[in-house]
Amino acid sequence: MRDLLSSLRTPRGIATALILLVLAALPLLTQAFDQRYLLSIGTRIVIWSIAAVSLNMILGYGGLVSFGHAMFFGVGGYAVGILSAHGVSSGWIQWPVALLAATAWAALIGALSLRTRGLYFIMITLAFAQLVYYVGSGLEAYGGDDGLNISRSRFPGLIDLRDKANFYWLCFALLCASLWFCNRYANSRFGLVIRGAKSNELRMTALGFPVFRYRLAAFTISGAFGGLAGILLANEGAYISPAMMSWVKSGDLIVIIVLGGMGTLFGPLYGTIAFFVLEEALPPILNLAHKGWGEYWMIVFGPLLVLIALYARGGIDSLLGRRHD
Amino acid sequence: MEYLLLQVLNGVQLGLLMFLLAAGLTLTLGIMDLVNLAHGSLYMIGAYIAWTLIGVTDSFVLGALLALPATFLVGVAVEIVVIRRLYARDHLTQVLATFGLILFFNELVRALWGPGGKSIAVPTFLNRTIEILPGVPYPAYRFAIIVVGAAVAILLAWLVARTRLGMLIRAGASNRRMIGALGVNIELLFSLVFGLGAVFAGLAGLMAAPIASVRIGMGDDILILALVIIVIGGIGSIKGAFIAAMVVGQIDIVGRAFLPDMLKTFMSSSAASSAAPAISQVLVYVLMAAVLVWRPTGLFGQRT
Repeated sequence: MRDLLSSLRTPRGIATALILLVLAALPLLTQAFDQRYLLSIGTRIVIWSIAAVSLNMILGYGGLVSFGHAMFFGVGGYAVGILSAHGVSSGWIQWPVALLAATAWAALIGALSLRTRGLYFIMITLAFAQLVYYVGSGLEAYGGDDGLNISRSRFPGLIDLRDKANFYWLCFALLCASLWFCNRYANSRFGLVIRGAKSNELRMTALGFPVFRYRLAAFTISGAFGGLAGILLANEGAYISPAMMSWVKSGDLIVIIVLGGMGTLFGPLYGTIAFFVLEEALPPILNLAHKGWGEYWMIVFGPLLVLIALYARGGIDSLLGRRHD
Repeated sequence: MEYLLLQVLNGVQLGLLMFLLAAGLTLTLGIMDLVNLAHGSLYMIGAYIAWTLIGVTDSFVLGALLALPATFLVGVAVEIVVIRRLYARDHLTQVLATFGLILFFNELVRALWGPGGKSIAVPTFLNRTIEILPGVPYPAYRFAIIVVGAAVAILLAWLVARTRLGMLIRAGASNRRMIGALGVNIELLFSLVFGLGAVFAGLAGLMAAPIASVRIGMGDDILILALVIIVIGGIGSIKGAFIAAMVVGQIDIVGRAFLPDMLKTFMSSSAASSAAPAISQVLVYVLMAAVLVWRPTGLFGQRT
């Protein structure tokens, strides 16, 4: 508790506390200012943050560049969608099944992918994501390429997810839980092994740690949280389609992590907010400069990514002062 | 039997197109240790430039021939402005920066050429069929792709195995620091190789254009396939890329051509025709996963 209070005095602590406060009160704020549209963006920001936190567990802390993380959106989302299409609308069944599916899938492909290193790891995770993508687009019974409209999961007597504010708060609570878990993960002995293997795998092996098994466990945990984000994403749009797991989405997630600050607790949150804000704000700003330019905002966004990759690898987190840990 | 032969030829044609794309990619990866996701953008830009030049010159051959040096210049310009700064960086930086380049090029093309797709007509002298075997007709244009693709593959094999540039390329792939220390102008070599890769990508793009269409993002999906090919073949290995491209081409075409009929035996015909292309794609990725599990550095990759 004293740690928490003292960290509130740093710029990072203040910024993070403000962001969390605004996010916690977002449904009230959007209602007060009558900006319903902002709540749906906010919901997506929170869901994507969960996915980014989960990718950060392996990419940021473990140095394992997975280029297929959006596949867990797909596995989680399709598990919910397929059950829903067969009339199983209870979240009590949908969610555990979806989580189990994502976890099992992560364990399987993790066991295969982690045999490879570096570039080959990037490519094999990408390949597995494409595999899931094409399976999704080949499922004619569940919409094929066009996707499928579903209804939101039901938790009778507990919470009505059709209410937008309720759904938002559930997502936000799950984001807080993910951040809490990630904090425990990163600072546990387990997390230290993962971080140690990132900086020197050989040394960790020499110290007697079975690095492969640790990494597989981390990959599986990360996949489970990715699946959770997929469940929420399917519920948010009441819609599943292969597009939710295209490789561009996996790229976006990597962009978010680097933008926010790799291997930092709140980096994924900063990154997601910055990413969505850029996406929403660049077009109007460009339109101010010259009418019609806003349509081509990616001409600015693309080079911005190049610059971030080259010169700002610490991400937004590094702008908030030095880190203590 | 004839049908099978035609489909195998289509597979060869697709495989050669993908080889052209994969060759540049595997050279940049093997020599410069650079992951270039924007390679697919050069494929797209080659096709768009060809579309414009064919319109201006009113001749497919002339337009296509002029598009190649133009794509070379685009490639070299990209190398000098961005790519050059990425060689010393880790793969994550390269993935991120070239991902940014893809977004940039897709949007740039949309701004310059408009959002709609373009089509390039098959040149009139190739707009007919030829008999590859007595009584077996095959579209002349597709046959031309096979001839050009095979010629370029042979040219590339000769270039890499028999010329001084090829010697430097091979030396660079095995130890790039050493050839720098031996006084080779590495900057120039890297720019040349990158430009060469751009030309191959552009050539593949413009040759594919009359069969598919010229559209934004046309390079993105085929880029992933090309990446899969070089990973199966082993990074840096032209031979591996060629073999993998041929295998992937066959899987793709044979899957599309024969799977629907096989699937129809136990599912509805609409479900079968939608599942077949997906399954043939899945097979490609299963092949890659299997190869990597069996040999973690690809078929002809160097063991580390």
